[in-house]
Amino acid sequence: MRRESQYDMSDPSKASSAMPGPVLSLRGISKRFGAISALTEIDLDVNAGEVVALVGDNGAGKSTLVKILAGVFSPSGGAINFNGAPVTFPDPSAALDIGIATVFQDLALCENLDVVANIFLGRELNPLKLDEVAMETRSWKLLNELSARLPSLREPVASLSGGQRQTVAIARALLLDPKVILLDEPTAALGVAQTAEVLDMIERVRAKGLGVVMISHNMEDVRAVADRIVVLRLGRNNGVFASHATNAELVGAITGATDNSVSRRVQRRADISEGATP
Amino acid sequence: MSDAPKVAAPQGPMDRADVRVTHAVGVSGAMGAFLDRIRSGDLGSLPVVVGLAVIWTVFTWLNPLFVSSVNLVNLLFESSTVGVISLGIVCILMVGEIDLSVGSVSGLASALLGMLWVNQGWPVWATVPAAILMGGVIGWVYALLFNRFGMPSFVSTLSGLLAFLGLQLYVLGGTGSINLPYESFLVRFGQILTMPHLVAYALAAMPGLFVIISGYQRIARRKAGNLSAGSFGGVVLHAATITIVLELAAYYLNLSRGVPWMFGLFAGLVVAMNYALTRTKWGRSMTAVGGNREAARRAGIDVRRIYTSAFVLCGMLAATGGILAAARLASASQQAGTGDVNLNAIAGAVIGGTSLFGGRGSAYSALLGIIVIGSISSGLTLLDLSSSLRYMITGAVLAIAVIVDSLARRSRASHGRA
Repeated sequence: MRRESQYDMSDPSKASSAMPGPVLSLRGISKRFGAISALTEIDLDVNAGEVVALVGDNGAGKSTLVKILAGVFSPSGGAINFNGAPVTFPDPSAALDIGIATVFQDLALCENLDVVANIFLGRELNPLKLDEVAMETRSWKLLNELSARLPSLREPVASLSGGQRQTVAIARALLLDPKVILLDEPTAALGVAQTAEVLDMIERVRAKGLGVVMISHNMEDVRAVADRIVVLRLGRNNGVFASHATNAELVGAITGATDNSVSRRVQRRADISEGATP
Repeated sequence: MSDAPKVAAPQGPMDRADVRVTHAVGVSGAMGAFLDRIRSGDLGSLPVVVGLAVIWTVFTWLNPLFVSSVNLVNLLFESSTVGVISLGIVCILMVGEIDLSVGSVSGLASALLGMLWVNQGWPVWATVPAAILMGGVIGWVYALLFNRFGMPSFVSTLSGLLAFLGLQLYVLGGTGSINLPYESFLVRFGQILTMPHLVAYALAAMPGLFVIISGYQRIARRKAGNLSAGSFGGVVLHAATITIVLELAAYYLNLSRGVPWMFGLFAGLVVAMNYALTRTKWGRSMTAVGGNREAARRAGIDVRRIYTSAFVLCGMLAATGGILAAARLASASQQAGTGDVNLNAIAGAVIGGTSLFGGRGSAYSALLGIIVIGSISSGLTLLDLSSSLRYMITGAVLAIAVIVDSLARRSRASHGRA
């Protein structure tokens, strides 16, 4: 938290949100798969009403980190704090219950079910006599809040476009009123117009006061919507950037190929901060 | 989230705000939407209705006795036993698995019924549940093999097909068949008991009434929720059609022996299964698991439990079908459940429109499909054709049904329908 404070100041939108602390905060998260360290001492803070982009090369550990936050993996070490209290996620539903919703890259929608059934899958109202009307009403409300444009909620998801499916997946993640939403590559499979729609949607989610963690490979999308950009490299923190960081800075931090002043500065700061954090 | 600022409230119902979408209005609109659906491969029960019309026309032309009331009552008796087994197949196909051993399980259930009831002297009220329970246990074992050891269901049930046939022969012992007492209720239920005419008419009126009442409630609730509701006239038309068809059928069957109680039981099971599959969380989970297992798991559905419920239900319904078949024949024999029982049960579900690929189907497909199968069987028997031809023709019909299913699936994929 301390080491991001400088960037928080530089972002005017942050000044207005007088949050006592980050809603989600990771300290020293590590994950080992046998001999391989997928994540080493990762720190990450997510404030309410902010979009944090998680970028990094293939194998940098982005997806592993998201899976830890979603409760799919449990970390080998480190602490997760949610609203200041330490939490653990024994299974995915625990993360969901606490208020962390995840939209996976493959969306995990049932194509043979309609939109309403997908949004309420596993959480149907009135299990013995499904309340279709209440579920449909709630679905329309969720989708309208996202200003989503869907033709009908009674068509199977198979008939929707990629962007519309992303919309349904995000609406489903919002159903339980989460505090933090994780998006794994939300724009990877989308065209230009659909990407813009999804980015708009992410901003609307942020406006609702949710913390958003977004993984992306697309620097343009990241800079367009993120308040802070957290770079992972080889399973370690490799700098935090504001959204106005240049492409060269980001690429340098992601690849580590350029040993430029920025990466050195970031590394120095990281070292100081790690020394300061008990 | 409810206190979030309301998006500019649409003038009409919430689900009609998007101008890009065409919505079918009125009767011609409904017809157009129906044709669109058919063209894109969303066939529903259309193939089976068309097929049934063709089959009935051909058989009536070959032998007018086919559509006689007497023959149709027999057809219903005959179809009900395999129909119940087919209902279990619908269940297991919904989750995208298969049970190839339903014939053997039904045969084993009938053998168990004969052994416990006639030979051991158990009361019938204890024997029937015991046999059904045995079917459930078999299904549970399949589920265990599937969930714990990842054994593909077609292999585990194929081995079950042989194993339980062996167990059936073992239970029956040297005699090979056990006769059930003719005067018992169970055998009378399977052979002669039909509904009094008035009861048949009353029951035939029920579905229409139900459509009216539930349609009225649905429209009222959707209007209250600011959703488009459709017209009550359409509901009345739907109900009237159902009622007229069913009442005419009841009248025609009442010309001879009337509607078999056993068919009443089968139809009741179909209606209950349809409710469970479409109106409960369990049914929604079944469809989801059949459509995308991983998505269902991530949505928090206990996928293993859903598979277990499907296997257990399939086993129990197979055993129930076996008991009904034994009652129908008044004996538990070595032949029970062998031959074409397996194939007919699976073919019935598939012909009726339940997809072999999982995630699509309806309880009514068991009813429709088994009437097709029963009609073919009955028609060929009336023509005095040997069982060799009957097997070949039923096999060909199943092949055609699966081809239609596959083609429809491909067409749905290219038209953006699941």
